[in-house]
Amino acid sequence: MMTSQSLTQTLDSWSRFTLRQRVMRYGGFALTLLIVAWALSSIDVIWAWVWDSPEQMADLFGRMMPPDPSNLPTILEAIWQTVNIATLATLIAIVVSLPVAYIAAQNTTPNRFALWVGRFILVSSRSVNTIIWALLFVAIFGPGIVAGIVAIMFRSIGFLGKLLGEAIEEIDRKPVEALEACGASRFKIVLYAIVPQVMPAFFAVAILRWDINLRESTVLGLVGAGGIGMILQGAIDTFNWPEVSMVLLTILALVVFGEVVSSYLRKKIL
Amino acid sequence: MSTVRDTWKKPPFIANPVLRYGLYAAVATYVVVTLATLPIDWDRVSDGLTRAQRIFNGAFPPSFERTGLLIDGFMESLKIAILATVGGILLSVPLAFMAAGNIAAKPIYLLGRGIIIVARSFHPVIVAIIFVKAVGFGPFAGALTLVVYSVGFVAKLLAERIEEIDFGQVEAMRSAGAGFIATLAYAVMPQIMPRLVGLGIYQLDSNLRASAVVGIVGAGGIGATLANAFGRYDYDFALAITMVIVGVILLSEAASGFIRKRIA
Amino acid sequence: MLTITKLTKRYGSGDPVLKELDLRVEGDQLTSVIGSSGAGKSTLLRCINRLVEPTSGTVDLNGTDFTKLKGRELRTARRRIGMVFQSFNLIDRLTVMENVQSGRLGYISTWAALTRRYPREDIRHAYELMERVGIAHYANKRADELSGGERQRVGVVRALMQRPEILLADEPTASLDPKTSEQIMTLLRDLASELKLPVIINIHNVTEAKEFSDRIVGMRYGRIIFDNQPAALGKAEMDEIYAGVPAEDRAQVGAAA
Repeated sequence: MMTSQSLTQTLDSWSRFTLRQRVMRYGGFALTLLIVAWALSSIDVIWAWVWDSPEQMADLFGRMMPPDPSNLPTILEAIWQTVNIATLATLIAIVVSLPVAYIAAQNTTPNRFALWVGRFILVSSRSVNTIIWALLFVAIFGPGIVAGIVAIMFRSIGFLGKLLGEAIEEIDRKPVEALEACGASRFKIVLYAIVPQVMPAFFAVAILRWDINLRESTVLGLVGAGGIGMILQGAIDTFNWPEVSMVLLTILALVVFGEVVSSYLRKKIL
Repeated sequence: MSTVRDTWKKPPFIANPVLRYGLYAAVATYVVVTLATLPIDWDRVSDGLTRAQRIFNGAFPPSFERTGLLIDGFMESLKIAILATVGGILLSVPLAFMAAGNIAAKPIYLLGRGIIIVARSFHPVIVAIIFVKAVGFGPFAGALTLVVYSVGFVAKLLAERIEEIDFGQVEAMRSAGAGFIATLAYAVMPQIMPRLVGLGIYQLDSNLRASAVVGIVGAGGIGATLANAFGRYDYDFALAITMVIVGVILLSEAASGFIRKRIA
Repeated sequence: MLTITKLTKRYGSGDPVLKELDLRVEGDQLTSVIGSSGAGKSTLLRCINRLVEPTSGTVDLNGTDFTKLKGRELRTARRRIGMVFQSFNLIDRLTVMENVQSGRLGYISTWAALTRRYPREDIRHAYELMERVGIAHYANKRADELSGGERQRVGVVRALMQRPEILLADEPTASLDPKTSEQIMTLLRDLASELKLPVIINIHNVTEAKEFSDRIVGMRYGRIIFDNQPAALGKAEMDEIYAGVPAEDRAQVGAAA
């Protein structure tokens, strides 16, 4: 970033950037300010509510205290359901994403058509949020855990498939060459030269997604797709704030638990 | 060697057979039991399939008739995302310093980490519901939600970056007699600035995505437009919105990746 | 017996890397191919088992013309040629036994390959060979836990598991230290005579080549310009083989053409 100063200049002034760089930096800064000002001035909010909001927040949190554990058995059951949704959906998504990753990786795809089919599946799965998938599947399967599992699964396929596909594209080609020289068939080369190389990435990605899915599963219930979100929605609708805070605490515990488990598994397997 | 062995078994991943088969059995039982007890109501599913049929029939062709509504929704999402990113970064910088083990004192460090963990743990949709209840429907709740969401991500990664800085520069400043703020400004900020800019651009993209979702629970933006369309059975409009969301997300992802590559 | 006739390889539309090259290798000879980088040694070796597709010419191994084969036929034929690589090309995360058995992949069923239930005959053969090169006690170790010399021994055993009719070695010692490199060369020479196996080695180290080979082939810019016993390789021949740079050779050929 340092620039050499021209020697003809008197040497009692120094600046870190050339004029052009400074203009760029101030320009960028001014542009950001301008955009923020535009967003602030044109956003459709009732400012009285904004000024009022700290009080409102304090009021709400006040009503949440203390958390009410009387419904804890039901809450824990819903948490268990949430874990099941995340785990089953991750397992199914792994199975489905393997062939997708295989055809979406440039070095293993059988042909260009398959490559584009694979990429299309990945992009469409990834671009639609879990909640939107859940809205759709609740409409199809009815409210409940099944819609949740399918929604999480649909969203996970894209994530897993993309990262696995990248792992396949990054493999070392040398063992593949060696097995080609041995006269091994395509499938056996995949089995011996590609699968072992992709294995660590595979586990890392699967564990990561399970962790993410735990979080995503907590909100499925808000659109009726099962899990702890259903209880949360119920408590909010009935203004049962102490129970809301209890649910939030259990969600926090669940997420921290998920992070501990996944970092343990990562250490254990890799 | 007189006798050569002719059997070989791959050494198992877990050496202890009891533990190994126990684990297999536990996993198998879990999968079978949870799958078997799934409350799948097949009547409801077959019913649902005709309903899906109806949804898809209603959705095709997507309707772009109410483009005005669509654009308004998107502009609102964009504004929410911009404000939340700026607010999130403003909050993240001090929080990241609090949560950096090599700079902050222990109690402050624990407080900083705790705030980050809480901000990260709750899905934006849950945060949005709470904010909607507290400050009312609309983009303000959305922006607050995404500020929390941004803090969880930006402050965490920024704190990790601060922990990785070259501490020699800090010592050099201290030995020159610089105060705490001057040390931060000259020895720490220059080292973390590129990361902060990168994170900010990434987070803007993330916030734009997330704002499409938190709208579904009433926090403004295109998500609210989508939820309304879905609720009013305007599936053709809902499909149009979804398609535009996907397009914008892809564009924004590409743009954000491009900018980050350029400044890196 | 391996007979190469008028073998030409051209990448894209550039000058050919191999130019109508003829070579015949038989018996339990150890043949070293020397030449500067870019002379086409590696391409020559890879054209034999068609890891690189020759542009024209024929490669005949004991009556099979490799250049005519396709798909499954080619795979079946490749089993008859063992190959050893400069960077070993092992599968790091698999055990030594699995790496060794991967040389048999062309023979065993997919199910056996998947479940790692290798035929008893193959396992016995593997232990014999591993015993011979001194790595039998590593059977259950992961390949990435071994040292360079041990890894190359695994590579050699993998190639021998194919029960090949010829062994190709592409710079097998270039990634090894001098002592290990000599051990591997000794091993290759001894195996050639024990198993009555012709061996072709691409090699940079001329001293090693002279010490261990029965025959030396010198390549320069896609042609063989020296083919004789090691003793006949004198200073003049060496200068000839290693003189100039490929670019100048190319210019000369261009001028002559």
